[in-house]
Amino acid sequence: MSLQLSDVTRRFSRHAALSGVSLEIPDGEFLALLGPSGSGKTTLLRILAGLDRPDAGKVSHAGRDFLQVRPRERKVGLVFQHYALFRHMSVMENIAFGLRVRPWRTRPSRKEVRERVHALLRRVKLEGLGDRYPMQLSGGQRQRVGLARALAVEPDLLLLDEPFGALDAQVRVSLRRWLRELHDELKLTTIFVTHDQEEALELSDRVALMNNGRIEQVDTPAALYQRPATPFACEFIGRVNRIPLRLEYGRPQSGEWRLPSPPWSHGHHEAVAYVRPEQFSIGTCGSKPMWKARLRHIYPAGSVAHLNLYVESMDQILEIDLPGEELNQRGLQPGMELGVLPRAAVLFPLRAADADSGTRWEWRETDDVFPALVAHR
Amino acid sequence: MNAIAAIRPASTRHAIARGLLIVPALAFMALFLLLPLAVVFVEAFKQGIAAYWSSIVQPEAVAAIKLTLLVAAIAVPLNLVFGVAAAWVMARFEFRGKNLLGALIDLPFSVSPVIAGLIYVLLFGAQGWFGPWLDAHGLKIIFAVPGLVLATIFITLPFVARELIPLMQSQGSEEEEAARVLGANGLQMFFRVTLPNIRWALLYGVLLCNARAMGEFGAVSVVSGHIRGLTTTLPLEVEMRYNEYNYMGAFAVASLLALLALLTLVVKTILEWRFREELPAHTSVH
Repeated sequence: MSLQLSDVTRRFSRHAALSGVSLEIPDGEFLALLGPSGSGKTTLLRILAGLDRPDAGKVSHAGRDFLQVRPRERKVGLVFQHYALFRHMSVMENIAFGLRVRPWRTRPSRKEVRERVHALLRRVKLEGLGDRYPMQLSGGQRQRVGLARALAVEPDLLLLDEPFGALDAQVRVSLRRWLRELHDELKLTTIFVTHDQEEALELSDRVALMNNGRIEQVDTPAALYQRPATPFACEFIGRVNRIPLRLEYGRPQSGEWRLPSPPWSHGHHEAVAYVRPEQFSIGTCGSKPMWKARLRHIYPAGSVAHLNLYVESMDQILEIDLPGEELNQRGLQPGMELGVLPRAAVLFPLRAADADSGTRWEWRETDDVFPALVAHR
Repeated sequence: MNAIAAIRPASTRHAIARGLLIVPALAFMALFLLLPLAVVFVEAFKQGIAAYWSSIVQPEAVAAIKLTLLVAAIAVPLNLVFGVAAAWVMARFEFRGKNLLGALIDLPFSVSPVIAGLIYVLLFGAQGWFGPWLDAHGLKIIFAVPGLVLATIFITLPFVARELIPLMQSQGSEEEEAARVLGANGLQMFFRVTLPNIRWALLYGVLLCNARAMGEFGAVSVVSGHIRGLTTTLPLEVEMRYNEYNYMGAFAVASLLALLALLTLVVKTILEWRFREELPAHTSVH
């Protein structure tokens, strides 16, 4: 039953909304299409729903060519960002719509329709609101009606287009957890579009990260954070420090930070390293070759403290996270002079044009190169 | 207390300004709208109800009523279908020449009705482009009912489309897309989703279209030929009676058109009242 996309391309008059997107989604997976606006994620969703057609490429579902199937025969449930409820119909009529428009041979009886609508109302926790009209409901309630309406046709595939985008923060969090529970219960292949990385990382089994009409990386949320495959993935997911490096005799360096040769060092003169805020070692000055840095600000945030350190040799401010406990133990104060170095980084050669997955290097500090610096104090 | 004292002069000034605007507006309306309307009925009933009634049931007046209803009964449904189709195309699709189509839909508003009538005379009249061919086949358009219908369709063409286009554009196509994905075919989508969403605006457009179709004078006058009992609609009958110094008769027929206008106004007001309840739905959904 898996869904396969190969080389899907869609051009609008001037720009390519999708260029060569390939993706395989196994049955029952909860997949997030994550990306900034204009990255092509909604276009991809509309192609799956049959509301748009690709200019090239294939889409197949359970072995049949999906593009030859009309939208109304695809057995797809679609939930819209702005709900798109039928405003002149009550909640019950909205949910029953997909059943009532079936050809009479496959149309369930009135009684069956009523029973199924009531079951769905219970499922989306809207019992007793069946006779209301969409304009009498809150945003969260409307979106649950939208979901019930999509589920009523018993789809093989559930598509959600920024389903929580128009809701306020609190409703959004509770509704998305509820959606995840619903998915675990129904085991329905679900694809949802979002530009909110927190939402994508929290909800989905896998995330397809999109940028400029391409898929940058498809991975589990943990892998996407810990092992980003492209510079875009580094910068888009989570917070990161971008550190430019020069290659001298094939070895990347910036000030006191010197690294061994990466596998792709030949032919490149510059590189860029991405370092997560929690991947730094902080020591006192003079203990080892380290960047000299001045502690500008401390933003305590409960269990973690966010530090701003200014490194003069790079003329750059680093964002560093320390466990709150460590901050107290060391007695760090704004204005202090500290030594700092990355413990781990992902490196790419600077010319983005040839930055495919082969030209990526995950570097991790080993104890024999840099003895434990944190212990010095 | 100080605050209240400070507000009062401002609100008095506000009331004076409001009065200065409302009184002239009402006076203007009374002079230019209500007074003429009253004159129509006063003149029509000057010689009593019996005289009024007999001048309305004269055979040529009855023929004019029938013809007016016939012309409207053909022109309005055709423009209803055209208006919905044109609005759909304008609101749902992007294509080359869309602005041109929009301008063409508005053309009858900007062309003088007399010119509109003349166009049909030049096309279908005895000396017109298709005149000889029509004559050879025994078809008569100008100075006959088909010409009246054609001219009326031309004049009333924009009413329905212009009413629907902004509404359909603001509503967007998401509900229609939702219907399609849920399995509705084209007809189901149109009759269950599109039409219910535009029904009040559609009715409103049809109403205006009908009022204009029955009241049109200029274009119809050019193509009619004024053949009593055959090609005179109500507005033409008014003019002919007036030219024959039959003032009471002219005002009696005119009162029928005035009644039509009043009826249109009442239904329009009811629709607008109905509309206002539906409008918040459009704004709050998006």
